[in-house]
Amino acid sequence: MEITRRGFLTMSGAIGSGIALSSLGINLKPTRAYADELNKANKIKSAKQVSTVCCYCSVGCGLICSVDKMTGKIFNIEGDADHPINEGSLCAKGAGFFDLTEANKYRLKKVQYRAPMSDKWEEKDWDWAVNRIARLVKDTRDKGFVMQNSKGELVNRCESIGHLGSSNVDNEECWLMSVKARALGLVYIDHQARV
Amino acid sequence: MTNHYIDLKNSDVILIMGSNAAEHHPIAFKWILRAKEQNGARLIHVDPRYTRTSARCDYHVPLRSGTDIAFLGGMINYILENNKYFKDYVLNYTNASFIVGKNFYFKDGLFSGYDPAKRKYSKDTWALEKDGRGIPRRDMTLSDPRCVFQMLKKHFSRYTLDKVSSITGVSKEDLTKVYAEYSATGVKDKAGTECYALGWTHHTTGSQIIRTMAIIQLLLGNMGIAGGGVNALRGEPNVQGSTDHCILYGNLPGYLKMPVASLDTLEKYLKKCTPVSNDPQSANYYQNYPKFFVSFLKSMFGDKATKENGFGYSWLPKMDDGAAYSLMHLFEKMYEGRVKGLFAVGTDPAVSSPNTAKVRKALEKLDWLVGENIFDNETYCFWKGPGVDPKQVKTEVFLLPASASMEKEGSQSNSGRWVQWKYKAADAPGDAIPVGEITIKIMQAVKELYAKEGGVQPAPILNLKWDYTDAKGRFDVLKVSKQINGHFLKDTVIEDKDKKTRTEFKKGQLVPTFGMLHADGSTSGGNWIMAGSFSATGENKMTRRGKDDPTGLGLYPNWSYAWPVNRRIIYNRASCDIHGKPYNPKRKLLEWTGDKWVGDVPDGPWPPMADRAKGKYPFIMKQDGLGALFGPGMTEGPFPEHYEPLEGPLAKNPLSSQLINPAVEIFKNDMNKVASADEKFPYVCTTYSCTEHWCSGALTRWQLWLLEMQPELYVEIGDKLAQEKGIRNGEKVKVQSARGEVECVAMVTKRFRPFTIEGKTVHQVGLPFNYGWLFPKDGGDSTNFLTPTVGDANTFCPEYKAFMVNVKKA
Repeated sequence: MEITRRGFLTMSGAIGSGIALSSLGINLKPTRAYADELNKANKIKSAKQVSTVCCYCSVGCGLICSVDKMTGKIFNIEGDADHPINEGSLCAKGAGFFDLTEANKYRLKKVQYRAPMSDKWEEKDWDWAVNRIARLVKDTRDKGFVMQNSKGELVNRCESIGHLGSSNVDNEECWLMSVKARALGLVYIDHQARV
Repeated sequence: MTNHYIDLKNSDVILIMGSNAAEHHPIAFKWILRAKEQNGARLIHVDPRYTRTSARCDYHVPLRSGTDIAFLGGMINYILENNKYFKDYVLNYTNASFIVGKNFYFKDGLFSGYDPAKRKYSKDTWALEKDGRGIPRRDMTLSDPRCVFQMLKKHFSRYTLDKVSSITGVSKEDLTKVYAEYSATGVKDKAGTECYALGWTHHTTGSQIIRTMAIIQLLLGNMGIAGGGVNALRGEPNVQGSTDHCILYGNLPGYLKMPVASLDTLEKYLKKCTPVSNDPQSANYYQNYPKFFVSFLKSMFGDKATKENGFGYSWLPKMDDGAAYSLMHLFEKMYEGRVKGLFAVGTDPAVSSPNTAKVRKALEKLDWLVGENIFDNETYCFWKGPGVDPKQVKTEVFLLPASASMEKEGSQSNSGRWVQWKYKAADAPGDAIPVGEITIKIMQAVKELYAKEGGVQPAPILNLKWDYTDAKGRFDVLKVSKQINGHFLKDTVIEDKDKKTRTEFKKGQLVPTFGMLHADGSTSGGNWIMAGSFSATGENKMTRRGKDDPTGLGLYPNWSYAWPVNRRIIYNRASCDIHGKPYNPKRKLLEWTGDKWVGDVPDGPWPPMADRAKGKYPFIMKQDGLGALFGPGMTEGPFPEHYEPLEGPLAKNPLSSQLINPAVEIFKNDMNKVASADEKFPYVCTTYSCTEHWCSGALTRWQLWLLEMQPELYVEIGDKLAQEKGIRNGEKVKVQSARGEVECVAMVTKRFRPFTIEGKTVHQVGLPFNYGWLFPKDGGDSTNFLTPTVGDANTFCPEYKAFMVNVKKA
């Protein structure tokens, strides 16, 4: 969603005044920083603005991602000044949100596989991994499925597979995982809400 | 949260206990400070450690970890002894006047019905007396010695200032100061609220700590009002949503109960789960349970769920009656070699689970592990962790790259139940895709294998409705969110006899509110509490960004969508007297105008309870319609009671002969060692986070800006203890418990001060839990090598906040 131009101008005005104060010194460094910030501010004005919500604690602060229209890449993330809870402000983690984008060199980009007894990861494609996982799930489930408990009651459950996570994915993803686990018959189902 | 973050500004007294809000919820803390700036609110911090929260509060009161019930029990005693409770509210809106059954008793730390061999209670005697019509008997004078009010008073009369001070280490002066200041909110025009976090849930008595506070809030009339409530500042971005959708062993989406083996038919299950009230003034909203449950089954199994097959009830797995299947139980079974495969999505249990040594050993016994995340972590790399020889580990491990939060569209629910929509800003790097898409792919492949090969009990897999992709075969998030909201599955006419309206809905239209769900299979609803997140015509209310604030209380009714039914403060009918007039006209949350409620979305449309014909009590989700001072739903007793942590400094509980919570499950195997009141481990220890890291650090340690601020594990040691041990600030030390040890930097501080407990000096130390061996290389390993495998008796939240350690120079 594109934020209102009014809200955006409010924010860029605040950025500008801060820069003006910091550029009063004789040292050229602040001047260069000022120029960088101006360039960024200009870039932000022409960028696509996309609203999102912070991915750390559960306060639900709003953020604005600035996306370069040419490359489709995010180049700046900051607090959403129109958001009623955070009113543009962010904590240290939220302020560093940009470091979760692909600019972070540690992001996982490929499917990784570690074979039994191996001491390293190998790169795989999605189809191979998904088919192998489905095979393991089915074989484990079929072998360990419990139709009746020790009292002879019908229980239809699979105790040999566990499912953990996650409270840091979206609601729709949570719901899918919740019903997937039940369709498989799993009972060891848990996540961060308990820990 | 019963309330929401902005509402903290409406409070007059804010008790922060079990939370370090300034460091862990800095933006929430902004609203706490606003209460101080705008209302002159008093801010009180009760916590073992002096933190930046303490620094910004009016004062800080240190208490020994694990003694919160004693502290709060003393407050209940103070309120009742000094008549500080809000009489009108207590009489009309709580079960204070109900009569407790004559076979119920409490003696020396135990309630009636305890079986020491099973460490469980039979709750048969925890009952309320009913009259000939089946309605609870009441004594509106509150003088009957068997009424809840008198029983409560008697129970907490044991929590004297002397006793509480001796248990908690808080001086009597400090106790009285907090009690007096907080209980002054027990009047019409004052609001007191409580903010807690993991500092309350991470105890063997965690649920009862929160219940003790709920009792205080009911006594003071602080529930259902602006600036009141009991408010969990939760720690993960969508932990409210993940809880609502119940990726938890005991519940199905919308807090519906997971079936157990003895309930072998849908009829038996629904009868057991659907409460009945004979009191015409109790809304008893859960009488609608069958509508929510059958609609859920219709969402899960689609057309395959029919009346004839019990809507697929038999396809759901059944738990054994009374058994639990939590994270700790999972790792116990894994350690025994009985769990072969594990999905670990967006989580790092090799750092975050208690008793890390056991957890990592357990992982080695898996045949396969599937990880889904945006960064690698210690769980996915367990096979090359410290002391592990990869050549000895048979586990096949898959690490699937996932999209980060801003690289996908979907909704996220904050602690205040605001369900906010996020948009996709950019593609994820490389081959990464959303977790939702990974889930769809894997399950689709499993379905295809069962379709092709058959297998054991294939019905639930083959019949699972699983059509959540778009024309290109990609994850279609709107299809899922609409399925969660629910649909009319046939043309339907809804008649409202009171309003004399008749509304027609077509097959396929979205259900605009959970009041329109049906138990006959004519509606679907993936999670009943989310019915209404869309309008019938398809407006996605989670996307709303309206900033109007008609009450001036910061409810922002047109910003996002709050469940249930966009209600911003739950139990809000209790903010008015029995005639529907607001107790505090200056913070008017709701008002009955004679024919309707005006303000927040009310807890049901019925008139206030003074209307004996049509009016309802305010706590509509409770069977009896009233706030429960007597709460028989709890595992360890209807009234809270102080017990020591599993590991503590005392060999005897100063209040009774029951040292620890009698209802906690004791995990027994060679790696579950415990050392309580043991001179080898003389210091109380607690764990916590910091502003710059998040949870296990599995996301934040990979971010160099944040890592530079908080680079490695440390233990905070009070300067008196450090002097005694000859430990200097900044030197390396070892912290040891009965289960393991960690090496870290000593941070000698005045923030921990020694306590005087039962006449003896007791020191407490603390460590953050944000580090693991994988990255950074020299940052220290998991603090949870120290913590025990034990949890709350109701929830199995592990006891990370109180256990015993030793500290020595490395």
